Amino acid sequence: MALLEVNNLHTSFFTDAGEVRAVNGVSFNLERGKVLGIVGESGSGKSVTAYSIMQILASTGKIVDGSIKLDGQELVGSGEKVMKTVRGNKVSIIFQDPMTSLNPTYTIGKQLMEAIMLHTDRNKKEAYERAVEMLQLVNVNEPHKRMKQYPFEFSGGMRQRVMIAMALACEPDILIADEPTTALDVTIQAQILELMKSLQEELGMAIIMITHDLGVVAQMCDEVIVMYAGSICEQGTADEIFYNPCHEYTKGLMRSIPTANTAGKKLQPIEGTPIDLLNMPKGCAFAPRCNAAMKICIKERCQRMQINDMHQAACWMNVKNDIQEGGVE
Amino acid sequence: MNEKKPLIEVNHLKQYFNIQMGMFKSKPLKAVDDVSFSINKGETLGLVGESGCGKTTVGRTMLHLYKPTAGSVSYNGKEIKTKADVNEFRKKATMVFQDPYSSLNPRMTVQDIIGEPLDVHKMYENKAERREHILDLMQKVGLNSEHAARYAHEFSGGQRQRIGIARSLAMNPDFIICDEPVSALDVSIQAQVINMFDELQDELGLTYLFIAHDLLVVRHISDRIAVMYLGKMVELADADEIYNRPLHPYSKSLLSAVPIPDPKIVRANKRIVLSGDIPSPLNAPSGCPFHTRCPYATDICSQSMPEFEEIEKGHFIACHRAKEIN
Repeated sequence: MALLEVNNLHTSFFTDAGEVRAVNGVSFNLERGKVLGIVGESGSGKSVTAYSIMQILASTGKIVDGSIKLDGQELVGSGEKVMKTVRGNKVSIIFQDPMTSLNPTYTIGKQLMEAIMLHTDRNKKEAYERAVEMLQLVNVNEPHKRMKQYPFEFSGGMRQRVMIAMALACEPDILIADEPTTALDVTIQAQILELMKSLQEELGMAIIMITHDLGVVAQMCDEVIVMYAGSICEQGTADEIFYNPCHEYTKGLMRSIPTANTAGKKLQPIEGTPIDLLNMPKGCAFAPRCNAAMKICIKERCQRMQINDMHQAACWMNVKNDIQEGGVE
Repeated sequence: MNEKKPLIEVNHLKQYFNIQMGMFKSKPLKAVDDVSFSINKGETLGLVGESGCGKTTVGRTMLHLYKPTAGSVSYNGKEIKTKADVNEFRKKATMVFQDPYSSLNPRMTVQDIIGEPLDVHKMYENKAERREHILDLMQKVGLNSEHAARYAHEFSGGQRQRIGIARSLAMNPDFIICDEPVSALDVSIQAQVINMFDELQDELGLTYLFIAHDLLVVRHISDRIAVMYLGKMVELADADEIYNRPLHPYSKSLLSAVPIPDPKIVRANKRIVLSGDIPSPLNAPSGCPFHTRCPYATDICSQSMPEFEEIEKGHFIACHRAKEIN
């Protein structure tokens, strides 16, 4: 049994302008100790998927349908009491912006100890020791001195280390990292990614890595999910996604990144603009921007198809020959 | 590309900001410290570095948005000194900003945003001429001219950046400073905008200073690349040269830290992960600013700042130990 099973998840935001279907039938499994990357552009629903697992959606957001099972336990509709035992204990999250996710008016030590005391029955002294231990784990030097300092005295990279320390303090099974290095410089990003990778190997937790940077994915992930307009368009092992992309969106994404080979040449962008989630088309959400779109793409959404053992994609192009021969209606 | 003639020359440019430290004390923050380079006509110079290294300040000081503390900027061989010079220069040199959300006035329509430089420099005879020019600009950057009367919030990020670019083109400039123009955009949109910069350069013979922290983007668009660290320029060379054979230890680690979107390459490459953070520019280390994080640092590195010199043709570097470590 997989550690986390997400099945046909639908999450919507109910705004004045109407229902925004941010997540639209997302299903995936996460095994123990694996690193799963979720990539997509802004508005593709990658963060909302993560927030749905933690049930920390904004007040207008609601899980409309689907199931999320952690270790066999159903989380959707389980109530706040159950979720409190899940958050922090079994599933932790670190956010994109280390500048705003710490409270500026409390010391680092106090914030770390708060998290530890809330989730375990350690007393104050034990919590202090655990906090120092965690700071050492994430390579913050002089942890005793650092415990007494405030967030403004920390650099961006250091704050992200504190966030990781806080997230890992209760030894969660799953760490969700929502764009953990987007706000950081490349040399600091390299440090943080290195740290996450080594902690993951040391502690054996699973990581859900949410990012828009395919470079980060290539470096960190065993498996990759590519999302567009709230749905999964492709899922597979990192090698499959990078070397054998089977969805037109993924292919377009790969083509549009500048690399060593594109210098002096034209990039091949994906034309058009991202989709308006209030007006979703009937067929494939990517069809309006897709160069290879066929009639069926506009009429009907493609279900996920198995490409091979390690690879699924939801693109009609994979059955193009069958369609032309009349095999698919 | 035209014959190699420097369009812009920057000589020993310094920009210090005074930071108030308590009531009576103040301390200079050396945002840009003795930077020299030149950009040839029709060329794109990429300027990279981490946040706080002074790359944006270089761009702004070149346009005299800040008065330079010392040093000079020359355009077409003529030094910019008086206020009239600055005014003239700003007709020929413009800027595209990073954030397409905050750099456009939400209370102005697109045609007024694009037309504002024309108004400021009084570049038209009558209303009809102004309108014609604006529509022409919108078409150039791929905006629908029917949208001229809309407000900026009605556009997506990529389209807003196009508005910003149209505004920068309004004066028919020779030189555009692009300050992180694509870093706020999604990958698929980013490629559209980068291509547009390319096309505009071919069409209008523009010269760019392209400031960015995304090294893959900079490599794609630049002819030459300059690397900055803590207000100093540490390396400057041809784009391919600097990528294939960086000589400065900082450039080496910066380039190796870039996440390459290719799992096989990632597995094969050994990255140089720097320890520690960038020091605060207020307390910049003595000597070479990089010596606190440099794996090759020796005594001399903490004592004196190395000269920024041309060690091979077209390859400038500021490092005491450049010859030994390469």
